[in-house]
Amino acid sequence: MLYVTQTALLLGCIYAIVSLALFISFRILNIADLTTDGCFVLGMAVSVSASVHGHPVLGLFLAMLAGCAAGAVTALLQTRCGVPAILAGIVTNTGLYTMNLMAMGWSSNINILKQETVYTLFRSTGIGGSWYNILLSFVIMALFMVIIRLFLATRLGLSVRATGDNPDMVAASSIDPRKTILIGLVIANSLTALAGALIGQMQKTADINGGTGIVVIGLACLIIGETVIGRGSLTRNIIACFIGNFVYRMIYAVILQTRIIPVDCLKLMTALIVALAIALPTIRENAALYRRIREEGHRNA
Amino acid sequence: MLDLIEVSKTFEPGTVNEKKALDRLSLHVDKGDFITIVGSNGAGKTTLFNAIAGNFLADRGRIVLNGQDITFLPVHQRSRQIGRLFQDPLKGTAPHMTIEENLALAYRRAGGKTSLFSRISSQDRRQFREALKELDMGLENRLTTPVGTLSGGQRQALTLLMATIVPPALLLLDEHTAALDPGAAEKIMALTEQIVSRDKVTCLMITHNLQQAVSIGNRTLMMENGRIILDISGEEHSRLTAEDLIRRFRETAGRSFDNDRILLSD
Repeated sequence: MLYVTQTALLLGCIYAIVSLALFISFRILNIADLTTDGCFVLGMAVSVSASVHGHPVLGLFLAMLAGCAAGAVTALLQTRCGVPAILAGIVTNTGLYTMNLMAMGWSSNINILKQETVYTLFRSTGIGGSWYNILLSFVIMALFMVIIRLFLATRLGLSVRATGDNPDMVAASSIDPRKTILIGLVIANSLTALAGALIGQMQKTADINGGTGIVVIGLACLIIGETVIGRGSLTRNIIACFIGNFVYRMIYAVILQTRIIPVDCLKLMTALIVALAIALPTIRENAALYRRIREEGHRNA
Repeated sequence: MLDLIEVSKTFEPGTVNEKKALDRLSLHVDKGDFITIVGSNGAGKTTLFNAIAGNFLADRGRIVLNGQDITFLPVHQRSRQIGRLFQDPLKGTAPHMTIEENLALAYRRAGGKTSLFSRISSQDRRQFREALKELDMGLENRLTTPVGTLSGGQRQALTLLMATIVPPALLLLDEHTAALDPGAAEKIMALTEQIVSRDKVTCLMITHNLQQAVSIGNRTLMMENGRIILDISGEEHSRLTAEDLIRRFRETAGRSFDNDRILLSD
């Protein structure tokens, strides 16, 4: 059980960064950013490549920079070229496949053999004992959560939030929505790439297909978190990113151990959770309407 | 102050739905003018505002504000000088953000002074509270309330405050009290007059209330088919009545006034 919890904590901390990215794009900007899958692999590829060449720490920064670039492409496609938001993400995502292969030296997977990673470097300091990788991941996650929370309260952060909340009002406040969308997506994708970078170094491998479904899992965790601790203040929403990922990874680990559900079915389960959670308000509304029609139609007849 | 020179705008040109919304319209507005605009449905009143505010570019003609040619400027750049209120009170504020956050955004129109990474300071809050107090709606004690929980009247009052907190060169009011209940409408109108006269804001106001059109401001325009068909100001404006407007419309347009929401009096 301790092992299961440790794994869930470790993965929960890292993937919470993906949910944090989706919180910015999906919840704040109101844009479903499908760049996420490719961007996650991009971060992984860049950071693992850098580690192979002996620069694990630099690798994290390079990965974030690459993520920024990916986010900027998606944002510019939609704000300057009139490509619909969802399509812009898909287009970037497709292009990223080639970019990711390139980042891995045109191979579909690369491994860190004897070279250092940020995790092995941190272990050698002796801090955290056997919890070293959880501690490091948690610190990085918490750091970015705090930065994002602070950013969202600045003038620029307010402008980004208003862009998703009321686009009419944003232009009327002399804010250029094209810029705020760019800023939001750049930040979100740099976070996604960071998560990919950490996973790559933790697992010591990068795989061209390592990001499939990340966007759905990230959303599922965001929604699970919001369901568990509620959607209230920004702080609460940001903490929900971690809670949701921890709960999801606990469930995942338990399923892996007990094999209640075949592991192969997990992606379907995840997809169902997301579909249901997002559809629930509409389903509830429709159900209420049908109930009314049934009752009142009866009375009128 | 504001000059429109031969501005034209046609929607869906070349189709059966072709609509000449503005037809070589020219208008000169003096600094400090408070102009009311009336006209039947589809006369081009809102199109005129959209052209001035930059929601679309005019097909032809030029628009000059304070000596600067703004014909090709995008909305967000024009809004530095132009404040605008819509009929829909939900349009001007961000519902999931608090009152103070909305006001802080409005302050961004002031430009340069505030850093992008600055947060709302206690001095900002003091300023916000003072400004909100003038609305006399008790909002000064609810700075951290999400705007979505306010009533339509309160939201429109807040929008008015946001549009004028940094006094704009030009204020566009597009039937901004029409969607409110009578009490709230009266209150917003009184606040509008108070703020406009205090800051000497140049103001254009579309209204369907003819009584309001003749009693407020110093000049009244009547629009029809994308043109200004009546322009009454000065001495003549002070003697104008709602009945005069209807009669003059019939004489000029050759048909009766048909705004389905028209009001002769309050």
